[in-house]
Amino acid sequence: MFIVNHRKFFYTFSAILVIASVLAICIWGLDLGIDFKGGTLVELNYPASSFPNGRPDQATVLSQISSISAVVPNLEPSIQSTGDTGYIIRLRNVTEPEKVALESTLGITDNASTTVQEKQFDSIGPVLGAQAARASVMAIIFVVLAIVLFIAFAFRKVSQPISSWKYGIVAVIGLIHNVIIPTGLFAILGHFYGYEVDTLFVTALLVVLGFSVHDTIVVFDRVRENLRHAPAKKPFAEIVGESINQTFTRSINTSLTALFALVVLYFVGGESTQHFALALIVGIAAGTYSSICIGSPLLVTWEKWQAKKAQQAKTGKK
Amino acid sequence: MIKTRAIAVMILIAAVMVGFFVYYSQVYSRTAPTSTLGRFPFKLGLDLAGGSHLVYQADLSQIPATEAASSMIALQNVISRRVNAFGVSEPLVEVQGGNQLIVELPGVTDINQAIANIGQTPVLEFKVLTAKEQQILASTTATMTAAEQASTTMAAFQPIGLTGRMLQSAALNFDSTSGAPVVSLNFNAEGTALFASTTKANIGNVIGIFLDGDMISAPVVQEPILNGQAQISGNFTVAAAQELVRNLNYGALPVPITLVSTETIGASLGQSAVQGGIDVGIISFIIIGAFLILWYRLPGVVAVCALGVYTVIMLALFKLIPVTLTAAGIAGFIITIGMAVDANILIFERMKEELRKGSPLALAMHEGFARAWPSIRDSNTSSIITGIILYYFGSTSVVTGFALVFVIGVIVSMFTAISASRMFLYVIAPKNDSKVSRFLFSNGFHFKKSVTAAVVTPNITKK
Repeated sequence: MFIVNHRKFFYTFSAILVIASVLAICIWGLDLGIDFKGGTLVELNYPASSFPNGRPDQATVLSQISSISAVVPNLEPSIQSTGDTGYIIRLRNVTEPEKVALESTLGITDNASTTVQEKQFDSIGPVLGAQAARASVMAIIFVVLAIVLFIAFAFRKVSQPISSWKYGIVAVIGLIHNVIIPTGLFAILGHFYGYEVDTLFVTALLVVLGFSVHDTIVVFDRVRENLRHAPAKKPFAEIVGESINQTFTRSINTSLTALFALVVLYFVGGESTQHFALALIVGIAAGTYSSICIGSPLLVTWEKWQAKKAQQAKTGKK
Repeated sequence: MIKTRAIAVMILIAAVMVGFFVYYSQVYSRTAPTSTLGRFPFKLGLDLAGGSHLVYQADLSQIPATEAASSMIALQNVISRRVNAFGVSEPLVEVQGGNQLIVELPGVTDINQAIANIGQTPVLEFKVLTAKEQQILASTTATMTAAEQASTTMAAFQPIGLTGRMLQSAALNFDSTSGAPVVSLNFNAEGTALFASTTKANIGNVIGIFLDGDMISAPVVQEPILNGQAQISGNFTVAAAQELVRNLNYGALPVPITLVSTETIGASLGQSAVQGGIDVGIISFIIIGAFLILWYRLPGVVAVCALGVYTVIMLALFKLIPVTLTAAGIAGFIITIGMAVDANILIFERMKEELRKGSPLALAMHEGFARAWPSIRDSNTSSIITGIILYYFGSTSVVTGFALVFVIGVIVSMFTAISASRMFLYVIAPKNDSKVSRFLFSNGFHFKKSVTAAVVTPNITKK
């Protein structure tokens, strides 16, 4: 009952996090990856066998790039170290002849005999990027809609004291909460550390959606079951409080197992999935918290508000 | 009881056999790729195996909407022929989203030559310039420089919808009078009809033949050509005419394309991603296993066994379907390991509650499964819905690769939780309801408390 009784405290805590996230997103915006805004990413490796003194410094590499500015203008390169022997260089989207010029100035002649290794070369046109961004937004909207409909359907037999579609709405409020918090974190990390939002990040958000609905449904399911067996006079708040208690250990343990896997993925899985793992860790933690401390208490708030309104309508008539 | 045991043993044996299949098919795929088992290696995506991923955007603006799809298929065929000529193993050429063509070249990281070869193929177009237009042009361009004249003239040509798409074949011939090389064209039925009607309507006008936007020949129409035969007589050398014929026959692109995305991943990056994925899988399996056994005791052991069954089934499915594994797909698999555990946790928590209520062990187990089922069903359904939407709306191979593994994982985990876990648990269930067995089937770290709760609670409920 602790959580239901102190729900205002949890609402405030979440509100602060959500507002901070929204502010971060509004002020700094998100640093979009090349798969959304278009552009080029080149990952170079300078193996120790060919570069005994280590990789050339960043200024050298940048001057190599600017030396071809007559042929390939406005590249606007930015460079970043990766590992001990590599660099990641970001540029605008390049055409095929420009790519050839770029590779030759960087010392990449062909893959077999060269000393500088091109580990990765991605160049994505702005049209394709915009298309990916649109598809991602569509996917999120469809997932949210599908989840409201599914919950309304799965809980269709529950109508007292609040109707089934309200469970769906409450679940979606939780979802928005769980998605905004990691997004806000990435706005902050993007501003200070250059973390980018790419398709993998969107995938992480969608998994968070799936996972947190999973969590929320388990609690709601318990509410549904307890409602069915409860005596008529038992207050709704009490039923919800008991349901939270009964599912509490399960929620924590399930999240823990997922988080174990994700923390390992973060530390061992390599750089390509590190930010993905971080987004998931934050999102799933937020999801577990919201399914316990926000979702079900909101049902109680809604029920109380409904009862109050009905009461007012009654007294108003008198 | 014997039946349950038999089923449980069968599940175990099957799982072990599947495990052997996964292991040996991987060994054989290296040593004997053509053997029965060796035909099922893990299929690694480009990000893991190294290679190139190209996206071409087709310009369909000149094509009637009804023919867009068939033009794309024609384009796919032409590009496939070109790509196959490189000798790359298992290249992939496919149409995406109606107007894009994806070319994947596994193992090819030096793609500049490949791109040049793909892009080299010419676009052939026929355009008309009327005699009237020609007169107007002559007066307006009189004062212009030669270059300006040329570009203005080119712009005055009107497309008539006749393109290389409607070409059946091209051949090298020699002009009977001058002996100069000419390229003879033979249109297909559609092209023949269009060419006939165009030449009929444009006697005395100029028909411009454009290759990649450049006019290579501009004959004046003398009479209607009804048989679908035409000749291009530019100032060709024999070699240039030969090359044009070859390109027209094997690679005249039905629609113009532009390269909009190039992604190349070196093999070393892929190898480290594979190794990373394997390490993560093993380490997280051990940590999750340790947690489950410490917290859930004997049922925890069952959960770990079920998780083992889940893992081998998934690996076998990856080989058999086959699923192209990407870094995101492996991450998806690792997450589903976490989710596969959830069904077990739901069941065990429910079982513990039933034990606390004072139910005998067997009943508690039965109720645990029965009551956890709606939660498992509903929560997994919502996950499957999420996965399917992701699969269909995912624009990139990263997202679809993840979604496919995720959906398969959720479905398989539901199966292993309700079949394997249940069978294993029934088999090890002790007949006598002793303190020890209650301890083994209870959970949490405050075991003393839960045992006393189990004894005390019945008195409360009897009230």
